[in-house]
Amino acid sequence: MISPLFCLILLPVLGAIFAFANVAPRKVALTSAIATLLATLGVAWFYNPAAADKFQFVTQWSVLPDWGLNFTLGVDGLGVVMLLLSALVLVGAVWSSPKVVDRAGLFYGNVLLIAAGGIGAFASLDVFFFYAFHELALIPTFLLIGIWGSGDRQAAAWKATVYLATGSFVLLLGIIGLYLSCPENSRTFDMRELVQLAQGGHLSPGIPVYVLLFLGFGILVSLFPFHTWAPQAYACAPVPAAMLHAGVLKKFGLYGLLRIVVPIFPTGITEATVLTLPGEISLNLTDILLILIVGNILFVGLVTISQKRLDWMLGYSSVMHMGYMFLGIASLNQLGLTGTAILIFAHGLSIAALFALAGELRQRTGTLEFSQLGGLARQAPVMGLLFGFAVMASVGLPGFANFAGEVLVFFGAFAHSNPETTQFSGFQWVTVVAVWGVVMSAVYMLRAYRKIFFGEVPAKLAPITDMTWSERAPIFLLLAGLMIVGFYPKLLISFLNF
Amino acid sequence: MEAIYLEIAVICLGIFLLLFEAFIPGAEKRVVGLAGIVGLTAVLVASFWVHPGELPANSPLAPFYSVDAVAIFFKQFSLVATILVLVLSLDFASVVERFIPGASKGAGLGEFFALPILSCAGLMFLVSATDFIFIFVALEFVTISFYVLVAYMRRNSACLEAGVKYLILGALSTGFLVYGITWIFGMTGQTNLAAIHAVLLQMPPVTYPAVLFGLALVIVSLGFKVGAVPFQFWIPDVYQGAPTPITAFLSVGSKAAGFVVLYRVVETFMVPGLGEKLLMVIGVIAGATLIFGNLAALPQKNFKRLMAYSSVAHAGYLLMGLASIQVLTAEPAMFFYLTGYLIMTFLAFIVMTLVSVAVGADDISSFNGLGKKAPGLALAMLVAMLSLSGIPFTVGFFAKFFIFEAAIQSGLYVLVGIGVLSVACGFYYYLKIVRAMYWLPVNEAHESLVSIPVSYLTRAMIGLLIAATFVLGVYPGLILRFFVQP
Repeated sequence: MISPLFCLILLPVLGAIFAFANVAPRKVALTSAIATLLATLGVAWFYNPAAADKFQFVTQWSVLPDWGLNFTLGVDGLGVVMLLLSALVLVGAVWSSPKVVDRAGLFYGNVLLIAAGGIGAFASLDVFFFYAFHELALIPTFLLIGIWGSGDRQAAAWKATVYLATGSFVLLLGIIGLYLSCPENSRTFDMRELVQLAQGGHLSPGIPVYVLLFLGFGILVSLFPFHTWAPQAYACAPVPAAMLHAGVLKKFGLYGLLRIVVPIFPTGITEATVLTLPGEISLNLTDILLILIVGNILFVGLVTISQKRLDWMLGYSSVMHMGYMFLGIASLNQLGLTGTAILIFAHGLSIAALFALAGELRQRTGTLEFSQLGGLARQAPVMGLLFGFAVMASVGLPGFANFAGEVLVFFGAFAHSNPETTQFSGFQWVTVVAVWGVVMSAVYMLRAYRKIFFGEVPAKLAPITDMTWSERAPIFLLLAGLMIVGFYPKLLISFLNF
Repeated sequence: MEAIYLEIAVICLGIFLLLFEAFIPGAEKRVVGLAGIVGLTAVLVASFWVHPGELPANSPLAPFYSVDAVAIFFKQFSLVATILVLVLSLDFASVVERFIPGASKGAGLGEFFALPILSCAGLMFLVSATDFIFIFVALEFVTISFYVLVAYMRRNSACLEAGVKYLILGALSTGFLVYGITWIFGMTGQTNLAAIHAVLLQMPPVTYPAVLFGLALVIVSLGFKVGAVPFQFWIPDVYQGAPTPITAFLSVGSKAAGFVVLYRVVETFMVPGLGEKLLMVIGVIAGATLIFGNLAALPQKNFKRLMAYSSVAHAGYLLMGLASIQVLTAEPAMFFYLTGYLIMTFLAFIVMTLVSVAVGADDISSFNGLGKKAPGLALAMLVAMLSLSGIPFTVGFFAKFFIFEAAIQSGLYVLVGIGVLSVACGFYYYLKIVRAMYWLPVNEAHESLVSIPVSYLTRAMIGLLIAATFVLGVYPGLILRFFVQP
């Protein structure tokens, strides 16, 4: 049985095997990345959003029948969006990898394996393999940061790996808890069956399972205060690793929340009081999540503003932007969830473009310190232009997909009004903070843009060359994706069905 | 075919090789090892014609010898482990030779290949033993061969130290075992496990404290064998000092057999009023073992010591499975874990042996730059480390998954919490090896070693173990079907 999704996972894996064998690694990697993108576009083209069964291209191999454990591949609209994101970022990442790299075979093999992990996770309909594919990508990340990273790469690699491994393990316990909360004779790992059981009222996971799942996914998505691994890892990682991790792998947790947690858990559980503070303030899970979201947006936002290096700033900004996506998920309505899905896609592409540009910049100037950069727009106008576009996208200006996503999230979150009074509800206050966060991201992004590309050229900075066509191509690709969806968001929304 | 023929064949093979060895010239002693591998492989193949079941009641073996699925599986397990030990020993022979003075080259090597086979026979008896007396005899059979093997390199002081420590602590634990058996016999009048279980069900609860005392002594003794905290203190020194193949044998064969016995003993005492207390004790030991093993492994710089503490840590996971034995999935989980543990531990030890023979040291720093120097070996070690730390699609992941599933199902939440921290520690110390192999530059002292020679036999074993790691990591049903009746 040939499954298109299985081929989709196999393409980067095959590429990785050839790369490991050191057969023209860059060419092989680029070929398999582009083949993956084409195959993904094919899947998106043949996916029929109007069909009765929204899960398509489903194939199943039995692994442990007694356990209800199968290797099930299949996608619905959300899966297609995630696959598109992964394939686009993969091509961008391979293309913008440095031309000359020590032990190229190992390098490109690992880059492809990260993507294979992401694609495998998004194409799995089985919670178990969904989890397994993601964790598989941890090791290539560890090697990439550790061998080819910059700065304090060793500390960054250790911290990210141990943090993520622990987070994943917490998640695994949550998944086991979910599995065990099924009725005894129909235990399953199949997402579709789990959702059906939940809708039929046969699934009764308690608050601990919910907390474990949320904590596990939260650590992987760098939810405040579990975010400290992310900025350092992204700042120290080689360009393609940062692009793929921030752009694709980190979205795994959000996808998991949208796919597993949101449809399975009844709203009652989010409204049960779990914590009572002195002064008769009782908090439910949503309240706690909202507080953490404020931490993500406001606290991390301020930290981002104070950064003095571009790579660290991008790392923190990617943590901050997770706050919006959590807000969309917390709002639990169609607007918010759709917005989150679009924002996942948009943020993945825009942060990947920014990391790619930062890599080009470092290659030319040897530094990403704001104080040592300036006036580069005169010498490298195309790079300046592209950076400007990526910055605008990241801030969320209209015309880019980020805008569509953020607006939907804000509307979705603001809809949670307080029915009894005319005052703002907690949700609406957090939405106000989040909108203020957009201003903050404009502050740090535009300031970075100004410091790097305008003003006086520091005397120490030697003249640099502009980007060549082959260097521009991946950025074009990523920005094109952002703008097409930005001008015509229905392209993605037609896939989504919450 | 009857199961007992397997042990008889192995014993005959061992004795035959011991005699045969005298007629082989020193330079060709490796033939003994190869003959052992061939012989054990033949027995392994034959073992698949032995079907699990029950012995007829009139069989002379029936009261003390079991041929259930667990016993048959672990006989095969012991055979595989011994074959791998012999493969390792062939690679390690040059080191053994160096530390054994002899008139001619290769003197004393023959026994090094023959003794593990006798030990294997002991292990095969042990996993079938269902009577305390037979457990004791089989255990001594295993341990006595190990006394010799651990101290085999008699010109190496670390090896002798390991031998003495193992001897003293082995004798001590034997003492505990005998004393415990005596107490249990005194209270129940039986040594057969099934008979003890039947008697316990009839006994008034007021007599339980005395039974528990005897049981505690037995647990102490078996705790020594499997390396559970607080009876683990001999492990690091013995593992570090013993010849590497024997370290691997101790850490896999001896531990697995110990767990099978522990499992049978615990099952015997699962009667109301007694079982809960027993499981609580096992749970506490499991928690302590997990915490100690993982924390102590973190700062290790010597690879064998690291593997020693890691074996303590894995004993912790296994005990976690044992503590949740009342859940149906716990038994297959434990046995699957042991199988996975065999595969990944031997994979690590094979690479480690090759590297340490080439470099002359078994520090973690010996692995520096292996990724460049010997990419194939580094890849094998990478797979072993990933599996030990529990990355998906390797056998180690499913092993941990099943154990944690059983533990959550039986509500051992504190243990599960400790387990999460252990897994995080594990990632750190196993990835330390990966870091040495791939991140760090080649050690200047070892720069001269361009490539490490690997024999075809060893290559084949490495290939088989890597394949097994991935196949069982995707399709664990291959092992589970031995234990779960359809």
